[in-house]
Amino acid sequence: MDPKELKRIRIARRIAQELPDGALVNLGIGMPTLVGNHIPQGRTIILQSENGFTGLGPAAEKGKENPAIVNAGGQPVTIVPGGAFFDSAMSFAIIRGGHVDYTVLGALEVDMAGNLASYMIPGKMVPGMGGAMDLVAGARNVIIAMEHVNKNGAPKILKKCTLPLTAVGEVDLIVTDMAFIRVTKKGLVLEEIAEDTTVEEVVKATEAPLHVAGKLGRF
Amino acid sequence: MKPVVTAEKAVEDIKDGASLMVSGFMGCGNAFTLIDALIKKGTKGLDLITSDTAYPNVGVGRLICECRAATLTASHIGTNPVSGQKMNCGELKVTLVPQGTFAERIRAKGAGLGGVLTPTGVGTEVEKGKQKLHLNGRDYLLEMPLGADFAFIRAEVADKYGNCFLPGSSKNMAVVMAMAADHVIVEAEKIVEPGGLDPERVTIPGAFVSAIVQAVLPVSNLQLNP
Repeated sequence: MDPKELKRIRIARRIAQELPDGALVNLGIGMPTLVGNHIPQGRTIILQSENGFTGLGPAAEKGKENPAIVNAGGQPVTIVPGGAFFDSAMSFAIIRGGHVDYTVLGALEVDMAGNLASYMIPGKMVPGMGGAMDLVAGARNVIIAMEHVNKNGAPKILKKCTLPLTAVGEVDLIVTDMAFIRVTKKGLVLEEIAEDTTVEEVVKATEAPLHVAGKLGRF
Repeated sequence: MKPVVTAEKAVEDIKDGASLMVSGFMGCGNAFTLIDALIKKGTKGLDLITSDTAYPNVGVGRLICECRAATLTASHIGTNPVSGQKMNCGELKVTLVPQGTFAERIRAKGAGLGGVLTPTGVGTEVEKGKQKLHLNGRDYLLEMPLGADFAFIRAEVADKYGNCFLPGSSKNMAVVMAMAADHVIVEAEKIVEPGGLDPERVTIPGAFVSAIVQAVLPVSNLQLNP
């Protein structure tokens, strides 16, 4: 498998371990979606799709698509037993009202205060925030799944975000291909590093200061 | 009973510059028949209010690609690059609204409320020009109600009192939009006599509905979705 894909799986697998049995979870488009494939055996999580249901299942088989059942990316999907359909106002009441336990989403930048920039690059990419601002403001736990550095090799974990923010101070956890970092009141705590890296390498690839946990884990 | 009319008749009064809500999410739940009729009628300069602009030439995306909107209020335009191009060249004035705020502003209009207080968007570009209130230890933005002259809804079944059933995730913005527009036009795959729709299965009460149209175009978002 190509190394980029292996990194994505590593991130997804580590995040999947964080999600407790029975949790209601919203997964963003792209890498976060992979998390659903790596839930440890014996655990069940319930996926919420912000366009209007809980019990989001796998992609629909070709020829068996139901045009009324799509995910938040518009792709035909399925609903699992125990799921429920509702309208957008209800869906965002579930999200904003704190009834979603975890949201997992990608980021352009995250900073040491838990600020997140994920939805636009002025003058370049202005797709709109969709449901991201509500999810980050409302979900009980916000987990960022992303590569540690951008495609030019520059850090994405900064002292202060430079791009327009999706939300202020809402990020709880950052999981990258190199590190597992918790956002705390005193700053970023490096709790685990990936099996093929070192603390020095992680620190070098991170602009924000990191407190290294007393008992550093590996993943 | 609500009038059952042709699509042409239903869109007859939608003049240039009217405000129009189109329910749907990435094409799922778009009223394909009514959108087609409106494009054939030639209405332009619309104030278009829709969750997203789907894909180029799919459902509500057609109103963008065929230059029928002067302004657009939406939460996401990324899947239809034409929306972004028109925004960047100044042809389309776009207001981007967080999706939950979008739903709740429309609901507020339909429910007769004066506004919504939401934590979404605090500390971001969304708060620009808005009143911020600090209540019980948290900041909230005051978001104003959002209504429209017309709304287009797609239902699987409508009875002649206007009660509608919308399946699966096609409900999305339809429920709140039906509440918030002055004239609500429903296209239904099946139009039944009163009693033909189980009251327990009503997604949108007929009280909100103005007219019913037989849907003739299939829900084609899946086939056309790139």
